Amino acid sequence: MKIVLGISSFFHDSAAALICDGNIIAAAQEERFTRIKHDSSFPLNAIKYILEEWGGVPADIDSICFYEKPFLKFERILENVHSFAPKGLGTFLQLVPEWLGHKLNIRKTISYHLKELGIKDYVVYYPEHHLSHAASAFYPSPFDESAIVTIDGVGEWATTTIMHGKQNSIEKLKEIKYPHSLGLLYSAFTSFCGFKVNDGEYKLMGLAPYSDSDSLIQRELIEKIKSNLIKIYPDGSFVLDIKYFTLTSMLTIYHEKKWTELFHIGPNKDTSLTIDPLYIHMSAAIQKITEEIYSKIICHAKDITQSNNLCLSGGVALNCVANGMMKELNLFENIWIQPAAGDAGSAIGCALATYYINSKKNRITNKIDTMEGSLLGPSYSTEHIKKSLDKKKANYIELPDNELYVRVAKLISEGNIIGWFKDRMEFGPRALGNRSILADARNPSMQKIINQKIKFREQFRPFAPIVLEEDAEKYFQFSGSSNYMLFVAKIHENITTLSPENYSNFSLREKLYLKKSTLPSITHVNYTARLQTISKESNQACYHLLKEFKRQTTCSVLINTSFNQNNEPIVCSPEDAYNCFMNTGIDFLIIDNFLLEKKLQSEPR
Amino acid sequence: MIFFKELFLFMKTRKKYWMIPILLFLLLLGILVIASTGSIAPPFIYTLF
Repeated sequence: MKIVLGISSFFHDSAAALICDGNIIAAAQEERFTRIKHDSSFPLNAIKYILEEWGGVPADIDSICFYEKPFLKFERILENVHSFAPKGLGTFLQLVPEWLGHKLNIRKTISYHLKELGIKDYVVYYPEHHLSHAASAFYPSPFDESAIVTIDGVGEWATTTIMHGKQNSIEKLKEIKYPHSLGLLYSAFTSFCGFKVNDGEYKLMGLAPYSDSDSLIQRELIEKIKSNLIKIYPDGSFVLDIKYFTLTSMLTIYHEKKWTELFHIGPNKDTSLTIDPLYIHMSAAIQKITEEIYSKIICHAKDITQSNNLCLSGGVALNCVANGMMKELNLFENIWIQPAAGDAGSAIGCALATYYINSKKNRITNKIDTMEGSLLGPSYSTEHIKKSLDKKKANYIELPDNELYVRVAKLISEGNIIGWFKDRMEFGPRALGNRSILADARNPSMQKIINQKIKFREQFRPFAPIVLEEDAEKYFQFSGSSNYMLFVAKIHENITTLSPENYSNFSLREKLYLKKSTLPSITHVNYTARLQTISKESNQACYHLLKEFKRQTTCSVLINTSFNQNNEPIVCSPEDAYNCFMNTGIDFLIIDNFLLEKKLQSEPR
Repeated sequence: MIFFKELFLFMKTRKKYWMIPILLFLLLLGILVIASTGSIAPPFIYTLF
């Protein structure tokens, strides 16, 4: 038996994963246990959980993999400092202690942390950052052979790669190196438009559709960005004009003075509904450019691999708008995207790369992927849940499955918001129906209510739907399955409401509150939605709930948003779920078969 | 020791010997900073920077 532990940590979204004979046993992000969003510390709690889930002897672990090559990364940092010196020397000296302390000698850091867990006598491997991404997409995919595209901020040197996966091997064909990075460019605009880097990229993506695609200002901005910041070539490769970027600074990515001169506006400070329209057009412009580069790279990957299959990973693969556009191109028959496409997923990737490439193990593919619906995190026994609820002095009832589905479907149709906690926690940034907040998508005020009373987040942000897979074509212009909420699709014409002729001149607020379809709370301003299709195989509990909701209302769509407040990781344990339930406007909480009503809880909100 | 062996092999493979003096300087600086805690070293560091 070959057991491999994969670790990604020290930059953002630390995670760990355990592979046993090529099967993913468990994977979890450290943030879920420490409750610090994007926690980058060594994933000790995640490893402890993984060992518990596996149930084996820790000493049996043969290999430990770290998701990138620390020496190569340090070399890039040193060369970067050398190129820009004396600029950035101060920032570099701030970085030195942590690099010399624990980031460079990863072997020592790993040994220091794992000693107490009884893990010893192992070999340490360091696959390259983008190989870890590629492996996380290709090996769990259902394909024997596939083109692989990885795009993110930066690993060691590579920022974008095209690879070719065949059976158990992965070959790198093309790469773009630092500082030329699509991920960093997108992050620079994220920061300039007032959002946090490594966290607000999806907010920028959600803001972009508020800009009318035919608007002159958007076209001018695209032209301005292309002629100043980035030069794009026909094969999708690109070069950034580095004078506009402060690559030596830890705090910002863009050169504030030069960007202010270029765009005639400074960095944004207001991300509320009164946001300056120029930032909205800017978000749309960078989204369009990202899509253009993305599609060119995908076309080039098709040319050089001649494959019918495509696997995607890296942070940019979480841009579901670009993914939806790419699916519509129909260049590849099959597309599979790693649901934890960011650095967390590389914990799985580096472990699989070691298992298949270093150990030369044969690979057997399934018809469906081997990610187990990305439900790879902890679950809790009925006894544990009961004890936790009793400790909180919670008022609850226990219902059998069928009765629970009937009751919850009715509660949702009556306008209640449900905290839904079931089985194993999701791995990756999306709540896929096991740690979710569910509500009625037909209710026109639900988006406002959830944004204001539960998520406490920007009001312009849309919510995603879950839909019965067999009914997806009725509501969306989409065929096939989207189990991981990674594609944006247009709302079906049959359920949309015609927009007024002057819709493009509407303000952000007017566009937001206009009823655009019979599912207003999941219809974004450009008549699209980021959908997740649910089948009996992908998520049994959600499937039965949707079926029951359809029986009661004829509608098989619900709002599904992650079970957390803004700036908090998704809930992990029953205790986290209860705390979130009590601190927000959630009306009912379901933890496995236990039902809690807010009004009946003694603890004040 | 494995760490220094791996680091040397890395620099040899990638022909990046110029990293050696930088790393030595940083190491020395690190030792000085550690030694500076409650010792006679601070005046020396102040002279350097």
